Amino acid sequence: MRITTEWLGEWLAGSLDAAELAETLTTAGLEVDSVSAVAGELDGVVVGEIVSVASHPQADRLRLCEVRNGDGTVSVVCGAPNAKSGLKSAFAPVGAILPGGQKLKRAKIRGAESHGMLCSVVELGLGDDASGILELPEDAPVGTDLRDYLALDDHVLDIDLTPNRGDCFSVRGVAREAAANGPWELDEPAVEPLPSEHDETIGVTLAAPDGCARFAGRVIKNVASGATSPLWLKERLRRVGLRAIHPVVDVTNYVMLEFGQPLHGYDLRKIDGGVVARWGRADESLELLDGRSIDIADDMVVIADDAGPIGLAGIMGGASTAVDESTTDVFLEAAFFPPAAIAGRARRFGMQTDASMRFERGVDPDGQARAIERATALLIDIAGGSAGPLIDVFEPSHLPSATTISLRSERIASLLGQALPPQTIEGALVALGMSVAADGRDAWRVTPPSFRFDLEIEEDLIEEVARVVGYDHIPAVPELTMSRLGDSSESRISEDDLADALVARGYAEIVTFSFIDPELGELISPAAPHITLANPLSQELAVLRRSLWPGLTQAAGKNLSRQRDSLRIFEIGTQYLPGANGAVERRVVAGLAVGPVSEEHWDSDPREVDFFDVKGDVECLVAVTARGRSLSFVTSEHPALRPGRSASVMLGSEAVGWIGELHPVISQKLELKKPAIVFSLQIEKLLDARLPVYRSYSKFPSLRRDLAVVVPIDVSADALKQCVTIAAGTALQNVKVFDVYRGPGIDSSRKSIGLGLILQDTSRTLTDEDADRTVATVVEHLQSELGATIRN
Amino acid sequence: MSQIDTLSADALDAIASADSLERLETLRVELLGRKGGLTSQLKALGTLPAADRPAAGKAINEAKRAVSDAIAARRADLEAAALAAELSRDAIDVTLAGRRVHKGSVHPVSKTLRRMRRILERAGFEVDTGPEIEDEYHNFSALNIPADHPARAMHDTFYIDSERLLRTHTSPVQIRAMQTRGAPIRLIAPGRVYRCDSDLTHTPMFTQVEGLAVDRNISFANLKCLLYEFLSKFFERQVELRFRPSYFPFTEPSAEVDVRSEAGRWIEVLGCGMVHPNVLRNVSIDPQSFQGYAFGMGVERLAMLRYGVDDLRLFFDNDLRFLEQF
Repeated sequence: MRITTEWLGEWLAGSLDAAELAETLTTAGLEVDSVSAVAGELDGVVVGEIVSVASHPQADRLRLCEVRNGDGTVSVVCGAPNAKSGLKSAFAPVGAILPGGQKLKRAKIRGAESHGMLCSVVELGLGDDASGILELPEDAPVGTDLRDYLALDDHVLDIDLTPNRGDCFSVRGVAREAAANGPWELDEPAVEPLPSEHDETIGVTLAAPDGCARFAGRVIKNVASGATSPLWLKERLRRVGLRAIHPVVDVTNYVMLEFGQPLHGYDLRKIDGGVVARWGRADESLELLDGRSIDIADDMVVIADDAGPIGLAGIMGGASTAVDESTTDVFLEAAFFPPAAIAGRARRFGMQTDASMRFERGVDPDGQARAIERATALLIDIAGGSAGPLIDVFEPSHLPSATTISLRSERIASLLGQALPPQTIEGALVALGMSVAADGRDAWRVTPPSFRFDLEIEEDLIEEVARVVGYDHIPAVPELTMSRLGDSSESRISEDDLADALVARGYAEIVTFSFIDPELGELISPAAPHITLANPLSQELAVLRRSLWPGLTQAAGKNLSRQRDSLRIFEIGTQYLPGANGAVERRVVAGLAVGPVSEEHWDSDPREVDFFDVKGDVECLVAVTARGRSLSFVTSEHPALRPGRSASVMLGSEAVGWIGELHPVISQKLELKKPAIVFSLQIEKLLDARLPVYRSYSKFPSLRRDLAVVVPIDVSADALKQCVTIAAGTALQNVKVFDVYRGPGIDSSRKSIGLGLILQDTSRTLTDEDADRTVATVVEHLQSELGATIRN
Repeated sequence: MSQIDTLSADALDAIASADSLERLETLRVELLGRKGGLTSQLKALGTLPAADRPAAGKAINEAKRAVSDAIAARRADLEAAALAAELSRDAIDVTLAGRRVHKGSVHPVSKTLRRMRRILERAGFEVDTGPEIEDEYHNFSALNIPADHPARAMHDTFYIDSERLLRTHTSPVQIRAMQTRGAPIRLIAPGRVYRCDSDLTHTPMFTQVEGLAVDRNISFANLKCLLYEFLSKFFERQVELRFRPSYFPFTEPSAEVDVRSEAGRWIEVLGCGMVHPNVLRNVSIDPQSFQGYAFGMGVERLAMLRYGVDDLRLFFDNDLRFLEQF
């Protein structure tokens, strides 16, 4: 909410410094987001009067004006269509400074001397109406500095109000807070009831007292049609961000800003019969003031006349009864709609109005008549007219009743951690307008004022006391020590451990949005359903990912397009799978590698990253859990991966993830120019680590025997190793594949594999004969089970 | 000068000017070998009068030792020079690039989160987690935010259907933890949260750390102390804080906390307060017996302040030129 110091000054006695005020309000919980001067640089501009206007001899659109400026009369060239004799306007003489720091010089315009400039509000930095020069009232004293005349030494405070402080949505509310928390005295301008000058009223019925508990109004007749609001009022509205529209609208807005009570002005002649505040009906609709039509629901309050709804209560009036240029008779409304009857309704139409914001948070149920009195007086002042009797209909049983809350000194001390003297507590509450009655020793019965909807329980009052005392005056006190230590499991690793392992392998961690483009989701996980957002920000962020690969491939694509030729990235995050009993959220670590395996180096040949580089990364990742021995990779097909170069990652007999080369068709669609290797592992399966248990190792030397075997191409390294392991028995410590060869000298359906067998016994030194015997057994097995031949 | 002196002086000169190990070896044989000069001098000792023999013998032996030492010294010099020459031949250009493994990096948000966790764990907070797809009850109602409450509008919620939504804060973790574990309790809940909002200073997804401590005597003064300690440790300086009254439906009193930047400006870093009695009641904890505080911090915000990042969106742009700086 925007509010000006000049306006607040009317309500607060004492000199008002904008910075001090902002500080006071902010530390009282009314956060001031910004303080800005209403006028920029503007120096030497005065009220001037055009005494004569003559046409410019050489330009049709320009005129020569004689302007009286207090010091005399000067000639000024002016192009404004509204320049006319007798008009008072803003005059910038030679030497005046205009916004932007420009100093006005004498000028010759089309051969005519101009000793200054008549200014529009745009040139003064006071608005955006460039259609003509500023028109000042007839009684504006010529020669007066414009800064003084328009009170331009004013500041706008932009206050970020919390939803509980609906009572501060007004000059009155902010002034009250400033007075309670700062050095100023509240000086509330009196509102006097106006005597009625005629008897005309309008029937008001509260047909839904739970939706509208109070309705005050008044008929004002013979308002001058075509009247406009005075400059001071327009200026106050403009400075807080409202446009002057029509005196009736301007006055209702003005009083709303002043008292926090929204009002509405109807054209009396357009109302059919009386008005009733009632619940809406689902078959009704209404054209609002802003031109849009809405369908009414049965949980919305409407103001209706005999013909149907004429306003959406607490949100916006209807178009059919709006005031216009020809309006002469006006019906003013100031009602009380309980927050529950208004809250959320405007949002259904994507709206938030000044009225709905205030009613949702709660307006003073005691302020309707006052608002009508103030608005009547202002309107008659501006546009004339005669006031009828005040209408004030209410249903006492539905108006909020004053709650009385118990407050204990001891509870304050316990919750705040600081005991406060009773007089401090009482003083704070009284300053906020509460009535306070002693209730035994160091306890009170407190009744908040009618506008404080937010105060219900003891803790609410404690916050109020703390606020006035100042949060900064509550000490910082260490807690008593903790007695219990948190869990610390050695057989449970953390996601950070996994991240660190990948970082050590050269991977950069990325963070991508959990929602993705459904098309990309479908590309990576075809035919698998995604969880869809009902209200996505955009179509590109419409579904929840069921794989981390979409985010990784997108990030890879972006970086490659930024002239990056090699990257390794990973993400740790959640994938969301639709399930029969709600969604399944699964934590996943996934990575992607593309481009040269290492940076260009003077002593090595460049090589593109391949499956085995990333497989090594996955092996290192799993090694963090010390369960590397149960890790295996099984050829398996995945729709996003290139057939023949993809595998399920297994821990024991459980599939825990995937690894493979991104399918070329997908790479092409994503415009990844090089083959990317991706992996994805379920974190839950990786977090259980093996607790190390010491095993003794052999003290005897080991022997190595190498074999070159030729086997059919489809015999896997794992199958070979398994065959060797079974055949070799307990002496085999390890078997390594040290060479794979396909090509000349070997049948094209076969390949040659070099196997290194490491043999060792725990109780004695193995002899060559032992080793030869083992190798012979192994060879025999390889021949009979895998069709291997031994290569010489 | 005696014959021996002459011989030994000549020999030392020859040794000193020997320029190779081969030449030195030749000299050694010439001088000290069985037929060498000094050896023959020794053999000629018998021809001297008996009275002169001891002195002459001593002189010869001294000369022999001197020559032998000189040869050893010269050999060591020549060997060292030879080694130096060989090593110099094999010198490398140490300024050529090493065979390095490209450096990976931890995302700045993760890095910040780790740091926050590490500091808070020292104060006895245990990490707890919860689902990101939540229901209205845990995300709102249990936290004292009834339907149609204006505070819900502050949250700009992403909905999946009429019952499920993406959590707008990690506060539902508090609810779930208190429901299962009761009080006393002390936890932090880090995680991703979502708001339907995207502009210069908002991203639809961000990271939050929620903290909760409920016990019999925990006060607002304790909360102030904890946050002062935490922020001072986090920023590695004695921070100046400002606690401003604010409003969160799930805390009463509530506060927002500003840190005074080194440039003197107040910068909002977190929201906090004393857990609202309704929240405790909703999880069957008696607010007459227990009370406590809760706080919530945006990890990206702290990361921005800590690392001088001036655009929130950089965290989710995943440009390696950005990521590799951390």
